[in-house]
Amino acid sequence: MSKDGFIIEAKGIHKTYRMGAAQVQVLKGADIAVKKGEFVAIVGASGSGKSTLLHILGALDRPDKGVVQFEERDLSGMSGGELNEYRNKMIGFVFQFYHLLDELNVLENVILPAMVPAGIFGWISKRAEVKKRGLELLKAVSLEQRATHKPYQLSGGERQRAAIARALINEPRLLLADEPTGNLDSATGNGILELLERLNRAGQTIVMVTHDERVARRAGRTITLADGKVK
Amino acid sequence: MYKLILAFRYLYRRRISYLALAAVALCVFIVVVVMTVMDGLVGDFKRKNHNYTGDCVVGTESLVGFPYYEDFARIAEKEDYVEAVAPVIKSYALIGTEVSGRNIGVELMGVEAASYGRVTGFGLTLHYHKNDPSKAFNIKSDANLPGFVIGADLWSGRNEKGEYFYTPNPDATPLSVTCFPLTAKGALAKAGTDVVNTKTFYFSDSSQSGLARVDGSIIYLPFDEAKVLCGMTEPVKRASWIHIKFKQGVSIEEGCRQVRQMWAKFCDEHKGKDNAELLSQVSVRSWKEHRRESIAGMEKEQTMLMMMFGLVGLTTVFIVYVVFYMIISHKTRDIGILKSIGTSCGDVIVLFLGFAAGIGVIGSAVGVLGGTLFLRNINGIESWLFERFGFQLWDRTIYAIGEIPHQLDLTFVLVVTGCAILACLAGAVLPSVGAARNNPADVLQVSQL
Repeated sequence: MSKDGFIIEAKGIHKTYRMGAAQVQVLKGADIAVKKGEFVAIVGASGSGKSTLLHILGALDRPDKGVVQFEERDLSGMSGGELNEYRNKMIGFVFQFYHLLDELNVLENVILPAMVPAGIFGWISKRAEVKKRGLELLKAVSLEQRATHKPYQLSGGERQRAAIARALINEPRLLLADEPTGNLDSATGNGILELLERLNRAGQTIVMVTHDERVARRAGRTITLADGKVK
Repeated sequence: MYKLILAFRYLYRRRISYLALAAVALCVFIVVVVMTVMDGLVGDFKRKNHNYTGDCVVGTESLVGFPYYEDFARIAEKEDYVEAVAPVIKSYALIGTEVSGRNIGVELMGVEAASYGRVTGFGLTLHYHKNDPSKAFNIKSDANLPGFVIGADLWSGRNEKGEYFYTPNPDATPLSVTCFPLTAKGALAKAGTDVVNTKTFYFSDSSQSGLARVDGSIIYLPFDEAKVLCGMTEPVKRASWIHIKFKQGVSIEEGCRQVRQMWAKFCDEHKGKDNAELLSQVSVRSWKEHRRESIAGMEKEQTMLMMMFGLVGLTTVFIVYVVFYMIISHKTRDIGILKSIGTSCGDVIVLFLGFAAGIGVIGSAVGVLGGTLFLRNINGIESWLFERFGFQLWDRTIYAIGEIPHQLDLTFVLVVTGCAILACLAGAVLPSVGAARNNPADVLQVSQL
């Protein structure tokens, strides 16, 4: 944690994508800082760079310029292995399209991040404990009856709740949600937002990207991105 | 652990995986079946040649032969690594039946039946004196008649199952054998109108060595009779070859090396003696070197077959590559998800290589199982095909092949399985590395879905 109490802080983030022959500058010096326990919504028009910023915060992408610090540690100074560990333990991702693995059932999807760092023997020793936590999380998101179902047997809202449970399995310090309600109807989306609010009340730090002002209002703080910068 | 689970799930949930499995299984099946049959044929052919020749041969291709063979045979027999020694006369002759008056040219082998039977597998090839080669030239009806043993293909026909026609009590059919006797210098030993030696012999047995060329061209006569017919009695007694069998445990290479030393010493001791110049034409060869002309062709075919299967292996690599390219191009989203939860590039590669190894292991197992079942029943299948459709892999009336070989070599199976798994890994490595290098932010973008 920084002396200002920020869990994550990004300064002067620039990112340019090549689209065919053209170069598109998505982020032009965006700054963002999030305190522990905050529920922050990043809003902006389509193509404003919201998801790109979220990916950079989650170390799924690298900025061309700028610094991202997580608990005062610069992500650019981390090795590949440290970044993998960062994505696995510090961050939980929730995507608009849920991104569950079709080959695994709901419980397996949820506990997958806990399996990643464990070897075969490590996994055997902690399997029972992790499964127990996975089932608890599924209960918390009201999916305990769906543990052995395949993702295609679930509704959109159920899939997103399963994805949230997966994001929480390793008790991450920061939950990054990219348009978590973007693919859901209003009532289902509302259920997801209530779940996120509940998690935040329990102390979970959340950064959520949305283009919907009504959704953003559910967060404690809103940051608007426009023209590649935070307004 | 998750890599193992995912690799397994990809394997049985993706139908395209079955295509790769089928390709691997088919390749392994073909290699196992064809190479087992080919190896069996080559091995059988070598064994028959070894049986026909003994372990080592001292002699010359010259029809004149070489002298002092008895002295050398006596010395050789005393060596502790030598089991038995047999002198042989080899020449060419015309044979004709008195009934038809037809003549055909054959190879003539003059052998001492007992010693030749100890050195070679001659006894095993006989029909009426099986395992008792010392009596090979004995005729039951009249012990005073000179007998001959003739190659089975020269004497009787074969049915479509490769079986020869034998009568329980064969007639002592007469056969005239005509040779050109040669002097030690290689000139005709006789002059004028009576340049050949002819003698009538009587059928005592037929020999089936399983070597088509031998069984179709050789007539065996008693050594002393052949020596007279070929003029190898004067001015010094001569023989064409001395066949040697080594004692058990003596390697062919080591035995031949010692015989060469012995022969060199023998030549030195006989320098200056009558016709000693003929000794310089003599070579000492292992059975393999002696029969090289026959074996080389088959070995070449075997090598060519191996090369062809190397190409089949490359095709497998390519098929696996294409299948993995397709699978991975459908799995980029999964790779993005896995990376978003902290999976490393190495783990992504291991996941897909594990998937490939799974295809290799299961495909090989299916191929080996199918190949084993097929080989176990190959002769039954061929018999059924022959009875129903008249189809035979080899026409037994022409080829000296009995059963189709079907003995699986475990080492060979393990090597083929290992190669198949390696081929799968080789085919999967490029797509796997490509998958691992995917940027998760790119593949998880909404526009990419």
